Amino acid sequence: MSPRRSLVLLGLLAALALFGPSLAPYDPGAVHRGYLHAPPMWPWVSDGFAIHPVVLEDQLQQRFAVDRSRTLALPWRAQAEPVFLFGADRSGRDVLSRVLAGSRVSLGLALLAVIGAATCGALFGALAGARGGLVDDVVMRVADFVLVLPILYVIVVLRAAMPLVVSTGTVFAVTLVIFVVVGWPVVARGVRGVVAGEQAQEYVLAARAAGGSTAHLLRRHLLPACAGHLAVQASLLLPGFILAEATLSYLGLGFPETVPTWGTMLREAADVNELTRFPWTLTPAAAIFLVTLVTNVLLQGRPRPRAPENVRG
Amino acid sequence: MLRYAARRILLAIVMVWAVASAAFVLARIAPGDATSPEWQLSQKTRDAERHRLGLDRPWPEQYATWLAGAVRLDFGESSLYARPVRSLIGERAINTAILAAAALALAALLGVGAGVLTAVRPGTMLARLIRIGSVILLSTPPLIGSLVLVLIAARTRLVPVGGMSSVDPASPWADLLQHLIVPALALGLPLAATLERAQSQALRHGLTQPFVTAALARGARPEDAIARHAWPVSLGPVLAFYGLMIGALFSGSLVVEMVTAWPGLGRLMVDALRARDLYLAAGTAAAGAACLAGGTLIGDLVHGAIDPRVREAR
Repeated sequence: MSPRRSLVLLGLLAALALFGPSLAPYDPGAVHRGYLHAPPMWPWVSDGFAIHPVVLEDQLQQRFAVDRSRTLALPWRAQAEPVFLFGADRSGRDVLSRVLAGSRVSLGLALLAVIGAATCGALFGALAGARGGLVDDVVMRVADFVLVLPILYVIVVLRAAMPLVVSTGTVFAVTLVIFVVVGWPVVARGVRGVVAGEQAQEYVLAARAAGGSTAHLLRRHLLPACAGHLAVQASLLLPGFILAEATLSYLGLGFPETVPTWGTMLREAADVNELTRFPWTLTPAAAIFLVTLVTNVLLQGRPRPRAPENVRG
Repeated sequence: MLRYAARRILLAIVMVWAVASAAFVLARIAPGDATSPEWQLSQKTRDAERHRLGLDRPWPEQYATWLAGAVRLDFGESSLYARPVRSLIGERAINTAILAAAALALAALLGVGAGVLTAVRPGTMLARLIRIGSVILLSTPPLIGSLVLVLIAARTRLVPVGGMSSVDPASPWADLLQHLIVPALALGLPLAATLERAQSQALRHGLTQPFVTAALARGARPEDAIARHAWPVSLGPVLAFYGLMIGALFSGSLVVEMVTAWPGLGRLMVDALRARDLYLAAGTAAAGAACLAGGTLIGDLVHGAIDPRVREAR
């Protein structure tokens, strides 16, 4: 695990959240009539990287046929016919544009939650580690209690306690607070360990002997010592938060359907019939999978196949 | 050991109480209730319902009444299903237990087996494939896994999708088993990957221990040295993961139940919360906490029985 890698990862995802929506070829809310459930139009390499348009064959069954006689440019180049690289959803909206637009809410929410959880966790953890005694006991008991609970259940219960229909901004704020509440103990535990260990080090003792207050010690010596740990922990929380948003929205407890997020898009996949006939509704699931995979591969390091010295089985 | 067990059990009881109370209070103070205007009841019916459900009293008083009943395992009546909460929970808890047990068994078999293999024969083609598979499965949480499996099952029509039984099956047990495949795989595979990682790491550490070298020096066959000496000590760290997995199992089961329409406890709770069914929500939370506490308790006790350091420390 390396702190630098996690900062790079967080930076990349933040960039995607910031600039992703502007890469979308179409307005994510734009409804393209006659293209309901249009299949993905992949570039055909055999014909010199060409995209063939699809033509509606059967309106009732929403069946399309590929028209090999004509070719279109990539969707970002303005043209008369729309090009759906990842297909269209049940309202004829471009899936690619919605996934890109959805990255702002899905990734933005997760990133802010990670920052919030890391900040709260660092504060509480450092407090517990530096003060010790009763403060330490209370903070760590609460943290342990939250850690034992199945996080998804807690999130669902807390979210369900709010009004079911609220504005998008409120959903964002409420979900963010809930994520921070369930996320901070993970960080606090590690930070407390580092702080408690570091306190016995001579440089900290020297600073204390020189008259440094606890606040000064934390700011100058103890918290900087946790920075690497903090960065790694933070990025390990990230996939969980992205998934939690998706799950809440999938259950109908998250964002309203009109807001494109990876979770609200997955709601279309809740209908088995729709999922089976139009598998490209799973595109946001692929996005979540990719982010999680990249996080796991980057942070868990390359598996080192190191032969044990004394046994060759 | 007895003191340790008593402490753990007491903690478990406190947790069940705290979770159930929190769920009750949260569901009670949440806006809207089981008689909200959107159900379109007449004023008279509404008042009668509110009185019957105890919603016309202030919540501390209602909570006290509920708690007094809950201690005697009477959780009140569900307004959503018009049935006693206890019988509803009984049915659904068994379904969740079947799913969780199947997923856990699958994870243990696959994960431990694969972990031993990657630890004992690192660098082989098979070990590399398992590692790659592990990372992929670790990145496939139950929500995504179950959606993909439902898609595959529905396209190939190999196994039934949704629910836990068909209408009038020839053999009820075979039917249940068939319905179990998709949800158990979705729930169990990521856990198997976690276990593979833990087992592989622990066994690789175990193999470097002096007593394994000693066994080999005495002329034990390598398979025996692994099976009798290295593997047992590696189980400690693997068991430590068990506690963490119980939470993941519960969270995952909620999602899998929603996606595959498995009639379990998680689904019941989401339905209860959505319908503002106060007693059912609190009852399912209590049952869920009890199962969770029970699962953790078993893990702790086994761990304490195996490793004396654990029970001395607390």
